[in-house]
Amino acid sequence: MSFIEKAVIMNQDEVTRAIKRMAHEVLEANNGTSDLVILGIQRRGVPLAGLLQEAIKGVEKVSVPSGAIDITFYRDDLSKLGPSPRVATTEMPLDVTDKVVILVDDVLYTGRTVRAALDVIMDWGRPRAIQLAVLVDRGHRELPIRPDYVGKNVPTSQKEVIKVKVMEYDGKQEVVVGEVQGG
Amino acid sequence: MSLKRKDVLGLEDMAAEEILLVLDIASQFRAVFDRPVRSVPIMRGRTVVNFFHEPSTRTRISFELAEKRLSADIVNFSVATSSFTKGETLRDTAENLQAMKIDMLVVRHKSSGSAQYLARVLKCPVINAGDGCHEHPTQGLLDIMTMRQRLGDLRGKRVTIIGDIAHSRVARSNIWGLGKLGAEVTVCGPPTMVPASVARLGVKVEYDLKRAVAKADVLNILRIQLERGAGSGFPGNREYHRMYGVTEDVVRTLKPEAFIMHPGPMNRNVEIASEVADGPRQVILDQVANGVAVRMALIYLLSGGDPGALAPGEAA
Repeated sequence: MSFIEKAVIMNQDEVTRAIKRMAHEVLEANNGTSDLVILGIQRRGVPLAGLLQEAIKGVEKVSVPSGAIDITFYRDDLSKLGPSPRVATTEMPLDVTDKVVILVDDVLYTGRTVRAALDVIMDWGRPRAIQLAVLVDRGHRELPIRPDYVGKNVPTSQKEVIKVKVMEYDGKQEVVVGEVQGG
Repeated sequence: MSLKRKDVLGLEDMAAEEILLVLDIASQFRAVFDRPVRSVPIMRGRTVVNFFHEPSTRTRISFELAEKRLSADIVNFSVATSSFTKGETLRDTAENLQAMKIDMLVVRHKSSGSAQYLARVLKCPVINAGDGCHEHPTQGLLDIMTMRQRLGDLRGKRVTIIGDIAHSRVARSNIWGLGKLGAEVTVCGPPTMVPASVARLGVKVEYDLKRAVAKADVLNILRIQLERGAGSGFPGNREYHRMYGVTEDVVRTLKPEAFIMHPGPMNRNVEIASEVADGPRQVILDQVANGVAVRMALIYLLSGGDPGALAPGEAA
């Protein structure tokens, strides 16, 4: 199974600009940073949450608490996929009860990951609200879930694969579209 | 890397990477215990049967908690309440369970090899919760997890196991597992309980307690099974305590950072002095907590289908 890149749909600067815009949108919708908590979904949502946190700090000079969510034990498809050996950690910076959580992921697709992440958060506390920020919305939802903040809407076919690359894991920051062959 | 096996019957046939994978996942589950909601939904709709053909409190409760924290459905049965009292064979019982579509069987049995027999008969995964004098893999895993939390990499670390080595499934699982991870194991006890042939398992045999513990990083003290008469090789409580009991006097001769483990339930002032059991060196309650996490990890890993199907980075 190999991944064939077809096109770069967001380069480094475009990703940075999108995140800056999303930071402004978050601040506008929530009237500032009070009670905000940013939680990234493992793995690529976590560095993106960090970028969003930095962008908010750049505007408001406030460092919003941030953490990470691992959804492995909340998947709805244990029998289909088998357990992922890539279990990462959930790190809650504080009690999320009565906070406004900005949930961050790289790509919004079927919505199942977000569904699982919502359950994880609920098991840690009862936030006042949860808002969803994604760098790419590629459509094909299987659940009634919608994002509050979107970096870029990318209409795709289900055969296509969207890859978000981040500095931490990939050494560069961009979004590419491609196809998996021989899968 | 995944567990490429249907069952976990012992640590003898488990590879070092498999053991490390289980411990890695177990440490993720430990983090779940500190949350307001102490369970995850991953095993919802799966049925696990706990079949205890021998008295057990702590292992059974630990398995039950592990299953509940994974949101599995649980059926418990023990010999007193089952048709064994009516003369049904192990095989018939197992096949009846299978006909009722269970997803996993956890079995504790007084006969060595019974778990392996059931694993062969049943299509679902089987976890050995202790079979006779053979193995007790989940105890071995939780002991190793507790050691690694304090010592890190176990290569070259010295573990001394004290007690009835010949009849202890806990000792055997420890010896296999620790050996795979490169620890140096010394066993110690009265010669009647530590036959020289034990050395074939790749351990050092030492009959003098003070010599056995002098360089140890960990002591793992086995329970003397008084309820089984402790075998004809047992010298008697007082004599055993004098010769092989871990007392304050023994603890004073240990390396300053060495710590003490015991699988429970303890016979205070037989294999371990009460002051030691309550002292600052013991990590017994850590073992208990790790036990639930290790069992969660095993149940979780054995429940999956084909682990290779998840392409990296392509979670929806």
